[in-house]
Amino acid sequence: MDYEIVIGLECHVQLLTQSKMFCGCATDYDGAPPNTRVCPVCLGLPGALPVINRKAVEYTVITGLALHCQIAEFAKFDRKNYHYPDLAKGYQISQYDLPLTRQGWLDVEVEGQTKRVGITRVHLEEDTAKNTHLGETSLVDYNRAGVPLMEIVTEPDLRSPEEARVFASNLRRILRWIGVSTGDMEAGALRVDANISVRPQGQAKFGTKTEIKNMNSFRAVKLALEYEAQRQIDVLEHGGRIVQETRGWVEGEGRTVSQRSKEFAHDYRYFPEPDLPPLVLSSTEVERLRAQLPELPEARAERLMARYGLSQYDAGVLTGSRAVADYYEAAVAAHGNGKAVANWVSGEMFRLLRGATLEIEAVPVSPQALAELLRLVDDGTIGISVAKTVLEEMFATGQRAGEIVRAKGLTQISDQDQLRQVAADIIAANPKAVADYRGGKPTAVKFLVGQVMRATRGQANPTVASEILEQLLNESNGRQPS
Amino acid sequence: MPLDLATVEQVAELAKLGLTDDEKARFTEQLSAILDYAARLQTLDTSAIPATAMVGGLENVMRPDEARPSLSQADVLANAPRSHAGQFQVPAILD
Ligand SMILES: [Zn+2]
Repeated sequence: MDYEIVIGLECHVQLLTQSKMFCGCATDYDGAPPNTRVCPVCLGLPGALPVINRKAVEYTVITGLALHCQIAEFAKFDRKNYHYPDLAKGYQISQYDLPLTRQGWLDVEVEGQTKRVGITRVHLEEDTAKNTHLGETSLVDYNRAGVPLMEIVTEPDLRSPEEARVFASNLRRILRWIGVSTGDMEAGALRVDANISVRPQGQAKFGTKTEIKNMNSFRAVKLALEYEAQRQIDVLEHGGRIVQETRGWVEGEGRTVSQRSKEFAHDYRYFPEPDLPPLVLSSTEVERLRAQLPELPEARAERLMARYGLSQYDAGVLTGSRAVADYYEAAVAAHGNGKAVANWVSGEMFRLLRGATLEIEAVPVSPQALAELLRLVDDGTIGISVAKTVLEEMFATGQRAGEIVRAKGLTQISDQDQLRQVAADIIAANPKAVADYRGGKPTAVKFLVGQVMRATRGQANPTVASEILEQLLNESNGRQPS
Repeated sequence: MPLDLATVEQVAELAKLGLTDDEKARFTEQLSAILDYAARLQTLDTSAIPATAMVGGLENVMRPDEARPSLSQADVLANAPRSHAGQFQVPAILD
């Protein structure tokens, strides 16, 4: 039987605020000694009162706007009650029935098909403490407790693990693009959980779902959901039934396992948080925040395609992050040729960044310096292959292209006499290629051009070299090569 | 609306209360009385009254995003029955 996979995601996002959600404790807990970013509020001491962090609310609204959500005119916080040591208060402050934003969408493109995925809601809550297990006891560090956490819930619109992976990746791009989160999955700044079920193709009713946790990379999202879908199908094929439960992805074993311990009562007895007055968002305020929203990745990609004639692929690569897009457009502004700059940025520049494991924010070659290099190519001072070497040097030393070309004597050889001598030597040294050429294989000249380039360490102007070679080959046609 | 014993046991479980059989019987009665009183309120026609989350009349009470000093680790752990390596130590919990 053919099965359809149905997936919805719940993404938790740590917001890039200086202070926690309801108190002034710093959020820079990473690497800090345990329990040193803690105060009476986030420790839940009696009498301590929470106060809402304005920036966290703004970031959530901005995220909602970026995800085409409706922004609530009236929102409130609620207590989600459960007993677990990662919550000092015995409840988590979250949003239940009146979240800040709801009903949006985000497009994903898989195998050339664009699909619109519904966003059910984006709400604001607080992160929990970190537990470490030590034999018969557990240790609790409250540094992370109370860090602003945004929860983004999708509709069950995803139909394959690959769609889920692409969605998560697109979401991360947007979060980083609008500057609300680092989106760092390994560091836990973006945590993607999934609800997944399968049903026979054509059946309207959803199958029983399981919730998958501990997927710490986009790759893990795909692998875990592929595994879980197959597991569910196998259970059904063998006449079994799916148990609704939480399962954790075990990366090392490549499988999901039941986390029965987490199934404490799913009755959170939500009620309005009496310590926090509700939020009323005026349209003036929402419009003020909308005005802060930068041009979003899809819109920017469209514009790059229209304005510079880029392919959809190139536009996608160059809008991988806002910093890359900014770099690209600054280089185009300095150089003028959008396509040439696109090739250099997405080709050589990305290769060098990958090699050095650097992000574009830390690139040692400014957009203006790249434009200078490309101008040296345009005016024939250096050829493409030398330009690549020069870029490597610029990347390594931070020197400008002109300085490197001068200091190393890399100026392209377009001088006819000089190249004629080299070409003659190459013809003499490669009788087979010459014979091929004369035997009716004009492409053999390409090989000879390559040899000229090699002999001149890439400095020969390949167009001029090719012309001279053909000239010499035709001149000496029928005679012994000199 | 009398509560059944099972519901009382579930509520006790959620609240982490260990109740004796006597207490369960007593609270079944008392909680039923409280619910009966709430049920009387349910009979009122509130269709003309907007839902109210809070009665204080405040809204949009927020603070700027500024970090402030936290407590010292020693102060944080001062009331902990047990601590180890700067952390609270509790009976084993499973993730
Ligand atoms: Zn605090």
